Amino acid sequence: MAQAVSRERRNFLRTVTGAGAATALFGLAPLRALAAPRARKVLVVTFGGGARDDETFMPDGQENIPHLLTELIPRSTFFTQVVNRGILGHYVATASLATGVYETFNNFATVPPDHPTVFEYFRTDLKRPATDTWVVAPSNGFNRIGESGERSYGRGAGVILPKRLLAAALDSGSGVEYQHLLRDNYETPLYAPEISGNEVELPHLAELLKISVSDFTTHARNLASPDELSVYVAKELMRQLAPSLLWITLHDMDVAHAGSYSLYIDAIRRTDRLCAEIWKATQSHPEYAGKTTMFILPDFGRDSDLDSGGNGFQHHRTGDALSRTTWMMAMGPGVRESVVVDRPVEPLDLVPTLGALLGFSARFAEGHPLAEVA
Amino acid sequence: MLPLELQPGQFKGYPPEARQLAVTRIALLQQLPAVFVALLLREIIAYDWKFPAERTDLDRQLSYLGSLAPQDRQRLLGGFAGLRLSADLEKFDWVNAPGEYSERLTAHLWATHQIDAFHRAAVDYMGRVDRGAPEGPPRLLRLGIVVVGRGVVENKYPLFRKLRKQGVYFTRLNPEKGVQKLLDAVASRATAHPARYGHWYIDGGAAEAVSCPALTCVSYEALAPARLALLNRMEKAIQSGIGGPEALRTMIAELRPEDVGLKGPAGDAVLDHFQVSVLTQGSGTQIFSTTFVQWAAREALRRAQPLTLLARFAPRQRQRPMNEMLSGEKQNPALDPEGSLIDADMGAFYTWLNQGRLAGAERSSFLVWFEGHQEALAIAPALPRNTESDSSIDLKELVGQIT
Repeated sequence: MAQAVSRERRNFLRTVTGAGAATALFGLAPLRALAAPRARKVLVVTFGGGARDDETFMPDGQENIPHLLTELIPRSTFFTQVVNRGILGHYVATASLATGVYETFNNFATVPPDHPTVFEYFRTDLKRPATDTWVVAPSNGFNRIGESGERSYGRGAGVILPKRLLAAALDSGSGVEYQHLLRDNYETPLYAPEISGNEVELPHLAELLKISVSDFTTHARNLASPDELSVYVAKELMRQLAPSLLWITLHDMDVAHAGSYSLYIDAIRRTDRLCAEIWKATQSHPEYAGKTTMFILPDFGRDSDLDSGGNGFQHHRTGDALSRTTWMMAMGPGVRESVVVDRPVEPLDLVPTLGALLGFSARFAEGHPLAEVA
Repeated sequence: MLPLELQPGQFKGYPPEARQLAVTRIALLQQLPAVFVALLLREIIAYDWKFPAERTDLDRQLSYLGSLAPQDRQRLLGGFAGLRLSADLEKFDWVNAPGEYSERLTAHLWATHQIDAFHRAAVDYMGRVDRGAPEGPPRLLRLGIVVVGRGVVENKYPLFRKLRKQGVYFTRLNPEKGVQKLLDAVASRATAHPARYGHWYIDGGAAEAVSCPALTCVSYEALAPARLALLNRMEKAIQSGIGGPEALRTMIAELRPEDVGLKGPAGDAVLDHFQVSVLTQGSGTQIFSTTFVQWAAREALRRAQPLTLLARFAPRQRQRPMNEMLSGEKQNPALDPEGSLIDADMGAFYTWLNQGRLAGAERSSFLVWFEGHQEALAIAPALPRNTESDSSIDLKELVGQIT
């Protein structure tokens, strides 16, 4: 089944982009060695609340991802078969992406990952300051994702939860016009967890980004969703601090848990647009243009319509092939364009791949560097 | 505790019929793997509130298991027996709290990478039961009807895309008095073929008046007080620091109809329990009427296996912050008819899929109609597939054609 999903994506991608198989290209000198820039930047964009092929790469779904199809995929090496063998909960799965180990903690607990994160490897091995790596994430439990509980590490990324910041900024005034940006956790629509921990607080962020609280809230008024707020904050981070490793987790499409298909589709279209916007931002910024490798991947998929144990797009509870099999694209200097990689890889391979690109050792990670891009 | 140690007295906390069933079958239960017994008890403990079709299905499974030689039974359930459990799960009181056990087991299976093995065991088990003790066909050819798009004046969304290959797409249907004609057709079937919980009408707004005692009616509007009571309970629990989403889920799962002020007609505790389960187990059913209709239809099909189902979608509220929607504060929120039509279009597809999972699916019929408009799609054994029709027909005639 996973192979069938992969095959569908591959065939479609070849049709629309003229992409070639990576296997045909192996044996050539690694292009990265020729083009590796000196001050490399890496952006990782994950979707919490994966988009299924039905709503993206299948014929009826292609209308939802015009930016991915026409702007980003032609520039990327595309992995058609990323198989997630871990727990399909957004925080624990994203933490697994960030550690390279399938974490097994309670998805709804406010705990740090058990294994060192990519941010800790990056800072410790490369002796980078705290300002050089950041996470921008939704508010549902992600505040602990920047640093693990592993004692030998612990200096990781600052975590920015834009919704929390906005809520804090609105404490003293009317928040009615911003309510659309404060949507709570979707994975359990019935519960928004209390957050306490390591996230960056509003005054600190305002100081870092050289933006006033009133400017922040004024800008927020013109945005349509929490993910737009996240991308706004991420772009400000790039402008002011130009971190070398920036991790953005988008989460709008997880509204699917509330069972509304139209809202889920709206969110996919928004995510598609935001991904292109992030890439454009890297290309227009002198600190990033020509130096940035960007990875885009859903944390996992969602249930198939055909699995009677689930309820289709609404959840990711069955553990079926469609919910476990997703994709990843990588683009930037040294990454081959319009290449499709069919072999199965795992999300755990991301951290070792980032290690190979940036020059740190992901020694506790269980994945392997992806030779096609690292 | 091991299943072999089960004693009749341990079921004293079960409702009467559930207790009787468990005690009668105790010799069989003692011979089954612990995981499987716990999951079976989760069904048995709710026996008093189950629909006739569910009872028949549970009885069928127990009879089949009892008919097997010990070694065959062991082989059938080997996938469950092979699961590795934690010490906590082994010590857990799965006799009295099988629901909570199931929640914990699920988390354990995910964390230990055994969830796929569990699914394989479950699918294998059901497949073998179905082959060994097949369900009989329904006594009346099943009919599913879905009505979508109430309140939409103009539509540009391509409707029924996922279903068109299966039947005939009508483009010039006469919509006049359409809802009434469908209700009449459904009531007529219910009267002619009475079956307890065999004919259903689910409405995402207020239910139309139907004078047919044989029709089981559920509506989003009628459940407004129960929804509000549920949301209030959840809000209070969250404010009191209940301890996380899982604790909240456990608390909600234990709610009884009377806890949310639901008291149906005398003797209809089964329906009350069903309605509470739709609100407590269906994610989003408390806040979006479209989700409510889709999930209620799915659960009615899965559990009651009705001979007739009419599910009518209504506009849901616009998207607002989740915490605001959950608080239930705004009594008359703005509606989103266009978005609701898209929700309902997908809901119709899911309803057809769920109907297709029941016995006799190959001979059943299905109709989806864009309310107040000329578009409909019909699927029936006698109709061609992947076809478009511009013939002028009304809903009474169309239902007549497909049943």
